[in-house]
Amino acid sequence: METDSILIRHARIVDPSRQLDRVGDILIGSGEITAAGRLGPDRIPNGCRVIDGTGLVASPGFIDLHCHLREPGFEYKETIAAGSKAAAKGGFTTLCAMPNTDPPIDNAAVVDFIHQKARQDSLVRILSIGCVTKGRKGHELAEMEELASSGVVAFSDDGDPVYDANLMRLALIYSLDLGLPISNHCQERSLSCNGVMAEGPVATHLGLDGIPAAAEETMIARDIALAEATGGRLHVAHLSTAGSVPLVREAKARGLSVTAEVCPHHLTTTDQWVLGRKGESTTAAGGLAYDTSTKVYPPLRGQRDVDALIQGLADGVIDCVATDHAPHDLTSKQVTYQEAAFGISVLETALGSLLQLVHSKKLSMGAMVDRLTTGPARVLGETYSDLASLQPGTAADIVLFDPEQEWTVDTAEFESKGRNTPLEGTMLKGRVVATFASGNIIYQSAGLIFEEPHVKA
Amino acid sequence: MSLSRTIETPEISGALEPEPAPRKHVLDLDDFSREEITEVLESARGMKEVLGRDIKKVPALRGKVVVTLFYEASTRTRISFEEAGKVLSADVINMSASGSSAEKGESLLNTGLTIQAMGVDTIVIRHPHSGASHLLAKHLDRVSIINAGDGLHAHPTQALLDLYTVQDKLGDLGGLKVVIVGDVLHSRVARSDIWGFAKMGAKVVLSGPATLMPPDLMRSSGSIARSPFASLVEVDTDLDRAIEGADVVMALRLQQERQNAGFLPSIREYIRRWQVTDARLERARLGAMVMHPGPMNEGIEISNSIAHGGSSVIEDQVTNGVAVRMALLYQLTIGAGLES
Repeated sequence: METDSILIRHARIVDPSRQLDRVGDILIGSGEITAAGRLGPDRIPNGCRVIDGTGLVASPGFIDLHCHLREPGFEYKETIAAGSKAAAKGGFTTLCAMPNTDPPIDNAAVVDFIHQKARQDSLVRILSIGCVTKGRKGHELAEMEELASSGVVAFSDDGDPVYDANLMRLALIYSLDLGLPISNHCQERSLSCNGVMAEGPVATHLGLDGIPAAAEETMIARDIALAEATGGRLHVAHLSTAGSVPLVREAKARGLSVTAEVCPHHLTTTDQWVLGRKGESTTAAGGLAYDTSTKVYPPLRGQRDVDALIQGLADGVIDCVATDHAPHDLTSKQVTYQEAAFGISVLETALGSLLQLVHSKKLSMGAMVDRLTTGPARVLGETYSDLASLQPGTAADIVLFDPEQEWTVDTAEFESKGRNTPLEGTMLKGRVVATFASGNIIYQSAGLIFEEPHVKA
Repeated sequence: MSLSRTIETPEISGALEPEPAPRKHVLDLDDFSREEITEVLESARGMKEVLGRDIKKVPALRGKVVVTLFYEASTRTRISFEEAGKVLSADVINMSASGSSAEKGESLLNTGLTIQAMGVDTIVIRHPHSGASHLLAKHLDRVSIINAGDGLHAHPTQALLDLYTVQDKLGDLGGLKVVIVGDVLHSRVARSDIWGFAKMGAKVVLSGPATLMPPDLMRSSGSIARSPFASLVEVDTDLDRAIEGADVVMALRLQQERQNAGFLPSIREYIRRWQVTDARLERARLGAMVMHPGPMNEGIEISNSIAHGGSSVIEDQVTNGVAVRMALLYQLTIGAGLES
């Protein structure tokens, strides 16, 4: 008797890897997907647990190319254990941990530590991203081959982009035979200066130093030119400006090996949120202003930027959504806006935020799921293509979500240690009902309904 | 409630009527109505009368505690608040960041909570970071917060004393042309003054180097989102043109480090293009007044002869600052019903 089998029945199966979007059943056994589609009763094993998926969407588990798990070094902000629970609750089954840890992920020992820790503590698959330069200092290349051999999936110096253009050029060349992308957080330091939010009307009103859009766009343009000159593999982290989208579009049109990601907050919130009224604009700032939970890098920008990013995501110019989940302790945010740490805790709200775009018909359900599954898998390359599929024989990493369920964000219920989100108290529509990793239920909400186990007639 | 209940001062003025608005904090003028500004200015008129007496003391705030919490150097603002509180008989405690727990790394919020726990009524705060006063207002529920200057953001009591000074000399503010000259980008005084003068119906023109203007005010492109200031001001980088027919010319302090940061080619060129001089003032309306929030760089943003000449009201601004701050302390401590 296959008691570990689970049947998800009558769900809307959305599997972009096979251009599939139809109501059907998914059978899970021995940690793998056994079958997906319309299943006759005779194919269902005896004693199989049955989930009623009516009204729910079943898709491959989401893949996050960009998140901060803070371990080692900043366990008071987040841990692999807490971050993985947050991921499971948000529908993510694969996380790529960024290397701005302490010590940073610039050698195999740190990679090994993270993978060992992940085996002990994590509910989801943890992949790691290694540094481009030693200590993320931007002076000398890290031992990139050693990092690649120990399993990193990309290189990035994260919040400290590779400022030196020649070093970036050399990194793109050196990594050519490693086959891994370099993910650059594009912000030209001499333009972003001491900026803490987007240059624009709210920065002017509140007297906060602004970061011009050109800070991002000039470095993206530089990196695209370097990718073209070297044939290197460039991944542009978290686009935030309208002007960045055509840069990536044209690079792709020229056939360059360039990919890009965008974060849920840059698709759904603007710099108006810094006023502390959940996006409502006001000419009277008042005591709610300077909401430090909105401080993020790159910064929240204007509606025009948001619209262009949504269009770029819908068009496929932007390959994927990445969360840039950046959890912080309370103290790092209960300070002035200037002192506050950059970052938003995103894993548990990402789906609800993105579904706003689906509900408002700016993005199709298929495209949204693609940008959370096949999109990031494509950036990771061939080795990881199975992660984004409901193809029988692949690991049963599945998310089951109710796109219509309305809920209010209450950070007291967060699994992440980071409660830093401007969405606190706001209403979202769409929530994960259950998440499966290798066939195990790693998260289930109260809404998950098991029927009577299947008994063969 | 009126000040006339005191023994030493049978009456000071009827100007405190009508009942003050139930305001708890003064963070900026962006959330003041024209009526509320008018009330403060009227109340300040009564306070100024007290300041003119031989015995400058009324017991209006006896038993109330005001803490001035200054994280930045200040002469006039801090002393002005201290004098305002003391004339009203409040106990005023001055705290500056140096010599306090801030030097041991205590956060602003914890310092604020500590001061609140001591039972004070009002905290007057100056801080180099924009929004510092908002942080305290958000988390402290038992004290009033008065912003005495936060980063680049706001300096509402300065703006109120500027409004008072102009009204005192020229009467109705409506229709006046006010030219603010200099580093608007980094000026909290300019931001609060724009709100204040615009709400009172004056026409505000900004002049100075384009690099020192808020970027959204320098662009006319329709696709660029504009700040609320965009609808309140005009920008003209040519001061000779901007100053034509002005009733009020306000020179802002030019920090010399702006040259090193690349905002200016040289102080020399700044002086040539934007110093408020006698020759330039000739183009303004006859009898136009010159203001400066202080501290001045005489010979840079303002010529020596203007700074101390007949058109300067810079010392009146300082005197009026005490009266305006008395009015605010009184209204917040008594008027806002913090006792209730």
